[in-house]
Amino acid sequence: MAGTPEKDAITGQHTTGHEWDGIRELNTPLPKWWVYVFWATVIFSIGYVFAYPAIPLTNSATGGLLGYSSRAELETDLVAARAEHADKLEAIKTSSLDEIVADTNLRNYAMAGGQVVFKENCAPCHQSGGAGQFGYPTLADDEWIWGGTLDEIYTTLQHGIRWDQDADTRLSEMPAFGAMEILSDSEIDAVTDYVVSLASGNPEQGTEGATLYEEQCAACHGFEGEGQQVLGAPPLNNQLWLYSGDRDAVEAQIYEPKHGVMPAWGGRLDEEEIKQVTVYVHSLGGGQ
Amino acid sequence: MSLIKQHEKIEKNVLLLTLGIFLTIIIGGIVEIVPLFSIQNTIEKVDGVRPYSPLELQGRNIYIREGCYNCHSQMIRPFRDEVERYGHYSLAAESKYDHPFQWGSKRTGPDLARVGGKYSNEWHTRHMIDPRSVVPESIMPGYPHLIETPLEYDDMADHLRTLRIVGVPYTDDQIENAVAHLEAQANGDLDAVTEAYPKAVGGDLDGNPDMITEMDALVAYLQMLGTLVDFSEFDAGEANAYR
Repeated sequence: MAGTPEKDAITGQHTTGHEWDGIRELNTPLPKWWVYVFWATVIFSIGYVFAYPAIPLTNSATGGLLGYSSRAELETDLVAARAEHADKLEAIKTSSLDEIVADTNLRNYAMAGGQVVFKENCAPCHQSGGAGQFGYPTLADDEWIWGGTLDEIYTTLQHGIRWDQDADTRLSEMPAFGAMEILSDSEIDAVTDYVVSLASGNPEQGTEGATLYEEQCAACHGFEGEGQQVLGAPPLNNQLWLYSGDRDAVEAQIYEPKHGVMPAWGGRLDEEEIKQVTVYVHSLGGGQ
Repeated sequence: MSLIKQHEKIEKNVLLLTLGIFLTIIIGGIVEIVPLFSIQNTIEKVDGVRPYSPLELQGRNIYIREGCYNCHSQMIRPFRDEVERYGHYSLAAESKYDHPFQWGSKRTGPDLARVGGKYSNEWHTRHMIDPRSVVPESIMPGYPHLIETPLEYDDMADHLRTLRIVGVPYTDDQIENAVAHLEAQANGDLDAVTEAYPKAVGGDLDGNPDMITEMDALVAYLQMLGTLVDFSEFDAGEANAYR
């Protein structure tokens, strides 16, 4: 097969010299444009190697003539992004929460920013709009376990609830009245009845349950079930429940309470972000 | 173009072609791999990164077994949108004890490189049993079997020993106490664990104090992800110039 390949008369192209039963294969060259692009990419790659970080040497890599670095570029992006909002962010950083809410511009800015942070970080538990769900309190109503003022919301966000990695976290542990055998089963039954009646707005006075409630529960939850925010004791005189108001659920909570945990956001979110979320959460419907 | 014509000789001679391919791969391999052994700025020098505790390591194995990496990456890239959503970009140093690493290149779910400390243990457990019970719009499958399956960890010490062979600096003490450390972390006896594995999260993580389950291990792993480096003290230094 070797030797000078013959030319095909019709196309004027060389053949490869291969032949199968009289059928010969054309050796059509690559299109010109393809060849030029190929060489252009080769030349481009040489330029690229000099312009950008490329070749690893023994102790470091070549840095490139343009001095490009993705981390430095990010730094520039972040600085530029912050510069765009510098006046607002600086104002939020230095103003008190009350001042932010009082200033319409700043409040609108904090609401928008707070909503973004809320969606990413808070909504997985508290649901979008702060609707809440089983075990995660509703933020859109006016019942607050740990307080609904701007400052209390800020503290909760900053330090979390029962978050043991934060020394200043909010702590309260309701005793397990059943599991720790503080009350007998029949006593728990009685106090559950009373709590359910308390929540219905029509407390059954004079019962064993009422007496037990006064002895065991009222110190934190209040004699009228009004709750006590300093202790994180939720009100019991309404139909808002963290863990369902169903009689069995109430009884289970008295027997061996669940203790919800909220992470501390200080350190994960920066000061400006926490303040913005505070303003947003405060605005959801129940801010005090 | 005569040189290009000569190429035909290589193409038509099996021995020459094999030799040519072999040489090309050797050169490429040397250029790409050898500098990694001596290069100073591949892995940032940061404090805090430590090998996984035995319980976390078991959680990591479950993470890999269940194919979490198919939807979740563990790599926050240095872009503004990622940094603002997930936190500080990932450092090479943070996955230096990962065998294999879980960086990933595809996200169906969110990145998990810094998920540690973002949610409560209870949330993770509920979410793993039925994701839609906490996040209604989630498309993640449930993993309810994890909470019913007791964790197997008899061979914990061998696990650590194997990792030591590939370069994870487990000490003799850590290997010897592997099972003890695992049980201490799962039972909330954290003082016994944090000396060897600082910042380990432990206790009854899955709400079932009677049994150490696979859920305990997975939650312990998720709760430490991305928490080891204190970024308030991080100085990227000269390594930044090359990335």
